[in-house]
Amino acid sequence: MKQFTYTITDPVGIHARPAGLLVKAAKALDSAITIEKAGGKSAPATKLMALMGLGVKSGDTVTVTAEGGSEEASLAAMERFFQENL
Amino acid sequence: MQVATGKSILNGIAIGPLRIYKKTEIQTCQNSTLTPAEEWERFDAARRKAQEQLAGLYDKALDEVGEENAAIFEIHQMMLDDDDYLDAVKAIIDTQNTTAEYAVTTTGDNFSATFAAMEDEYMRARAADVKDISRRVADILTGQQDAGMDGGRPAILVADDLTPSETVQLDKSKLLGFITRHGSSNSHTAILARTMNIPALIGVDFDDSWDGRLAVLDGYNHCVYIDPAQELLATMEEKRKSDLKQESLLQNLKKKPNITLDGKEIKVYANIGNASDVGLVLQNDAQGIGLFRSEFIYLESENYPTEDQQFALYKRVVETMAGKKVIIRTLDIGADKQAAYFNLDKEENPALGYRAIRICLTRKEVFKQQLRAILRASAFGTVSIMFPMIISVREVRDAKEILAECTAELQAQGTAIGKVEVGIMIETPAAVMLADELAQEVDFFSLGTNDLTQYTLAIDRQNPKLDNFYDPHHPAVLRMIRHTVEAGHRHGCWVGICGELGADLTLTETFLRMGLDELSVSPSAVLPLRKLIRSLDLSSAPTT
Repeated sequence: MKQFTYTITDPVGIHARPAGLLVKAAKALDSAITIEKAGGKSAPATKLMALMGLGVKSGDTVTVTAEGGSEEASLAAMERFFQENL
Repeated sequence: MQVATGKSILNGIAIGPLRIYKKTEIQTCQNSTLTPAEEWERFDAARRKAQEQLAGLYDKALDEVGEENAAIFEIHQMMLDDDDYLDAVKAIIDTQNTTAEYAVTTTGDNFSATFAAMEDEYMRARAADVKDISRRVADILTGQQDAGMDGGRPAILVADDLTPSETVQLDKSKLLGFITRHGSSNSHTAILARTMNIPALIGVDFDDSWDGRLAVLDGYNHCVYIDPAQELLATMEEKRKSDLKQESLLQNLKKKPNITLDGKEIKVYANIGNASDVGLVLQNDAQGIGLFRSEFIYLESENYPTEDQQFALYKRVVETMAGKKVIIRTLDIGADKQAAYFNLDKEENPALGYRAIRICLTRKEVFKQQLRAILRASAFGTVSIMFPMIISVREVRDAKEILAECTAELQAQGTAIGKVEVGIMIETPAAVMLADELAQEVDFFSLGTNDLTQYTLAIDRQNPKLDNFYDPHHPAVLRMIRHTVEAGHRHGCWVGICGELGADLTLTETFLRMGLDELSVSPSAVLPLRKLIRSLDLSSAPTT
């Protein structure tokens, strides 16, 4: 299991469009990706409604975890995704 | 006359009868006579059909309102693929032996309640999206079609709420405007209405007696007049006509090249001062953004905006423009534009003072932050960088050197960067005199005619006493422009104007004859300018 933390800079947070893109990106990976919001709530990155339900806002810190498969590559892809989109 | 107020989401006027739209209640049988497996089959077939419809709506929206706004229908498709959502539908069918339409409606209500209970206003607005997709599937299952929406004469639609898909499906020729009781200015419906140029008011408390009565929806003043007085009606008709003129101009010019009768082409771009102005650029069909004043990011913050914050904003603009050129002018602060945290000294002559590139070249870290953000955004479209207030070749070289440093740093980190054109503002007499040398350093020039006029004529434009002496068409200024164009072209540099003079229709012919390659004007000036360009014939004798 590998993880990184990231602070959201997008002014609206993980809103519909980036959440949709995130699901697409996460589905393309061979690891199970989980997004955890500081405070405990978490959701699999492949589930759109659950992700949006986290209500992650600008300035919130999330922990992204990759489990199984090529964890390192998956996490690197996720890190790039967060930097570019969120 | 009765007046009701709400929150306007588009500055526009609609005049016509009101029509109250009531959604037909879906008649759903709860208990199924089929097996759960058969109901699931029905649901799955309806879901696939809904996906097809949404793909069609996406294409329609893409055409009418652009990629960023159309994305909601892609999200809708993904919502219909969501595992949790599908599991919930299946669980209801399996455990309660219900019909598919009952299961999907209940699931929609449950998920939408979850969103509606969230504290974030944006997420609360998503409740409507979940209901929208559930309703779509249920309608397919029950063979329902919403009549009533488009029927009859053109009218101002009044409804409790409208979903994004209802908004896009509305027949625009019959829809004068709409009024809703619920909804937020954040909702996709509001965004779509804005982009489709439909006057709309939300948060209006209406009653059934309004149905069929004549009304004026005044989007400029956030209100609706029911049974308007004659005088008011006449004023509003006038206002509406001038809005329509603009609109029809747009329809005639949309996607047509800006080319004179004798075949000379010129680019018409728009100036923006905020990321939210991008909608206006697309609405007015400008070919690109010729001047993105980046100062607003600094003026609106309490402290230096971070690289990531800036990147997010630039990226949004660049993505929305979808490959069309976006020229970002680097920080032009100082003089009349002040941000407290810069701690700039008070100056005797701020217009001649510590401002723009002069600040950037001495506060290199601030400058680099912005350049890195712009470079990162360049991977998402077509970006150009423009330096303001240049007076010497050395400044351009220094700025380019810092830019090269940022490029190298980003590349070393493996960050993607697009191909970026570099240009400068020509807004000082010094830059005009040195145009030949400067042109060898950059890809383009953009004439900032406001400052250039002020510096050339030594006239402070803020001082009303000087109005008699001020001539925007002063021959000295026009000669400066001509000199700049000729020098730029000698060295393969394209030359444009991004100052107010660019929108001066009495000079358009002169500019075309001078050989300017681009004019960048405020979004509302784009269409009148394009219309004029297409009517000019430079092969005949000059008219001025």
